Amino acid sequence: MAAYSINVNGETRKVDVASDTPLLWVLRDALGLVGTKYGCGIAQCGACTVHLNGTAVRSCSLPISAIGTSKVTTIEGLSKEGDHPVQQAWQEVDVPQCGYCQAGQIMSAAALLAKNPKPSEEQIATAMNGNICRCGTYHRIKEAVVLASSKMK
Amino acid sequence: METISKTSRRDFLKLGLTAGGGLMLSFNWSDSVGAIINTSHEALAANVDFNSYLSISPDDVITIFSPNPELGQNIKTSFPMVVAEELDADWKKVKVVQAALDVKKYDRQLTGGSGAVPHSWERLRKAGATARQMLIEAAAKKWNVAASTLTTTNGFVVHANGNKLSYGSLAADAAALTVPADVKLKNPKDFKLIGTAVANVDNKEMVTGKPLYGLDFYREGMLHAMIQRPPAFGTKIKSVDATAAKALPGIVDVVTFKNNVAIVGKSTWEIMKARKVLKVEYENAGNVESTTDHDKLFKDLLNKPEATVRRKDGDVETAFKNAATVIKREYQCPFLSHAPMEPMNFFAHVKADGVELIGPTQTPDRARMATAQLLGMAPEKITVELTRLGGGFGRRLQADYVVEAAELSKLINAPVKVTWSREDDMMGGSYRPAVRYRFEAALDSKGTLIGYKLRGVGINAGNSTREDNFPSGAVENLLIESIDHQSPITTGAWRAPITNFLAFAEQAFLDEVALAAKKDPVQFRLELLDKAKQSPTGEIKYDIDRTKAVINLVAEKSGWGKKPNLAQGFSVYFSHRSYVAQVAEVEMVNGNPVLKKIIAASDCGIVINLSGAKQQVTGGIVDGLGHALYGQVTFKEGAAEQRNFNNYRLIRYNEVPQVEVHFVNNGIDPTGLGEPALPPTGGAVANAIFKATGKRLYNQPFTLQEEMKGVKLGQRM
Repeated sequence: MAAYSINVNGETRKVDVASDTPLLWVLRDALGLVGTKYGCGIAQCGACTVHLNGTAVRSCSLPISAIGTSKVTTIEGLSKEGDHPVQQAWQEVDVPQCGYCQAGQIMSAAALLAKNPKPSEEQIATAMNGNICRCGTYHRIKEAVVLASSKMK
Repeated sequence: METISKTSRRDFLKLGLTAGGGLMLSFNWSDSVGAIINTSHEALAANVDFNSYLSISPDDVITIFSPNPELGQNIKTSFPMVVAEELDADWKKVKVVQAALDVKKYDRQLTGGSGAVPHSWERLRKAGATARQMLIEAAAKKWNVAASTLTTTNGFVVHANGNKLSYGSLAADAAALTVPADVKLKNPKDFKLIGTAVANVDNKEMVTGKPLYGLDFYREGMLHAMIQRPPAFGTKIKSVDATAAKALPGIVDVVTFKNNVAIVGKSTWEIMKARKVLKVEYENAGNVESTTDHDKLFKDLLNKPEATVRRKDGDVETAFKNAATVIKREYQCPFLSHAPMEPMNFFAHVKADGVELIGPTQTPDRARMATAQLLGMAPEKITVELTRLGGGFGRRLQADYVVEAAELSKLINAPVKVTWSREDDMMGGSYRPAVRYRFEAALDSKGTLIGYKLRGVGINAGNSTREDNFPSGAVENLLIESIDHQSPITTGAWRAPITNFLAFAEQAFLDEVALAAKKDPVQFRLELLDKAKQSPTGEIKYDIDRTKAVINLVAEKSGWGKKPNLAQGFSVYFSHRSYVAQVAEVEMVNGNPVLKKIIAASDCGIVINLSGAKQQVTGGIVDGLGHALYGQVTFKEGAAEQRNFNNYRLIRYNEVPQVEVHFVNNGIDPTGLGEPALPPTGGAVANAIFKATGKRLYNQPFTLQEEMKGVKLGQRM
């Protein structure tokens, strides 16, 4: 066990966990930020996607020891009021079915649009292909990313 | 998240006799470690509890309880819509609350078989209409006018003179009235909410990452556990050495029960690490089967003289003897994992005086009864709180993962949440059973279908046929039979059980039969249906006109036969009381087939929520396509060879074609839509691929078949 101090959603959080603990389980078990989901544990499904300094990463395969001073953003910290353009678009398009994968989908989409506010269809596909939706909401995900893109300032 | 518990036990017909207060308790997870729960403590204490489905507060908030488990079929939105429609409520003021298991208040409180909507349609409407009528009567008394002079609109009772009173202001008086025995339901023509696109009531919580799911449940003092189950079906524990696992930090205990070794600890990761050093030896305890054994077994069973006869019409032997052409084809499908994105999990706290169960289940009462039986406890002492389900697909119809959590909680005498890893989920069943079919058709010299045979052989599949489905009833001489092999590999209902593969096989076969009969595939089906209508053979358990209506609608919308540049494949299927026809369109691009679009025409009667319904069909198609293309679990010596998404391939974003969804508008009472759109997809796609490439697909998953070697199938959304 070791003490770590990490920046999550703009706050410094102290945790005492083993150095190989994946960020996913630090967020869920230690910090109570359960919006980040466990789906596969091997970076295949994208349910655990968070931002590390703005880049979408799979938190299930990222040990706490690798975080350092990087800024972690989770779905809970994407916006204060839940009104990030991507979150708005997701509701307007009525994307979720079971909803379990959607936090990860939203984090992938938000990271894409932050870097590239007007992505092409191809660029959207590349960014979203790492996130599995078992319910098959891909068409609405596409529609919502396009809508969110139109909302980006 | 909120849920009710131990609320009024009055049943629907005795409701509303008292202006009750404090009937609803706000269920609050905020006392848990860390998990910060949305605690919208609203002033619900003053609510008037009208019945099992709704309560109305003095400030006009209408709370509608949704009894059935929500796993993405959108029932938590569509059920309350039906109540709100008949109530004439203002949807903006409706708050939906997931009800806990309550067998006295609700019946059929489960999700499965696409059956909830047909089961509850009438009673949901009555719940809303009854409350509406009582509100009208309360207003009539207040104004001293005849109830017949009053109407309702958007949460108000309105008098002809323009006066109006809000439902909230009338709720207490209304609840004191005698419940009317008969209430008038709306004419569907007057529906304002039903049939519109209404957004999912949990959208905001889902897009902001609120703790809605079973895996999100945490409570102070709760322990975590993972269970090591036998890695191979047909094996049992020989020895356990937990010394190293127990020595690791955070590990509280290692408990062996039945064929399970549970590692109990303080956090998920610490348990995952301890599993790596846990030493368990297994030995054979029955048949240890491999996929290669099943392949051989299927061939033997298909040739076995005797089988269970499911349906027999006329004289197939003579028909086949007299046939000008006989077509005989076989189709095989592999085991599939349900693989809901949220792995299995459940919280259990067994105490001396009762059991608390919290988590994602499609069948809360089954979970409760199974737990009661295991613990030898009265079912009334067991409560089941429903979380949102991160998918189900039939896996959460089983109670195994609930019962083992309860058993473990009892053994360690502590509250515990058992979490399955993805590998546990894929290796631990239950699976969609593997099945092989042989279809035979006899055509006379004019191309008329005079004989039809089907034999289904499956592994723990039960009846692998659906003997009364089309074309039964349209063929004079028909024989449908099945053989089931009992295996230690556990199987269960997988979204659209049996039909999820049978439909592909049947619709691909009929495509070949139509071709042999020199008929257009759509025309061929329509002629058979006409024949079934004019001179039916035996019992017909599908509606011929409704089947024809979806065929005609999809033919019209797809421009069937009028697109020379595209290869179109057709299929139609009736399952779970709804009818769906599909056309898949494939275009050859640089010598390779590209699946561009799937057009669907569905008849589920009245569409309740247009947004939810469209996505049910779209999602069903994506699911059907994904598994037809990629899905399989193979076994080696009893162990699943695919254990996670690296080799159990699920369809991804860039692998879906466009989907176009149409509904037949016939005003018939609604039927379910969670399953019926899935079965037709494999057949439509296979038939389109054949038309484009000349290659017939007989086995799933398509992409791994010999026929597809060197073929690069593209998809474009």
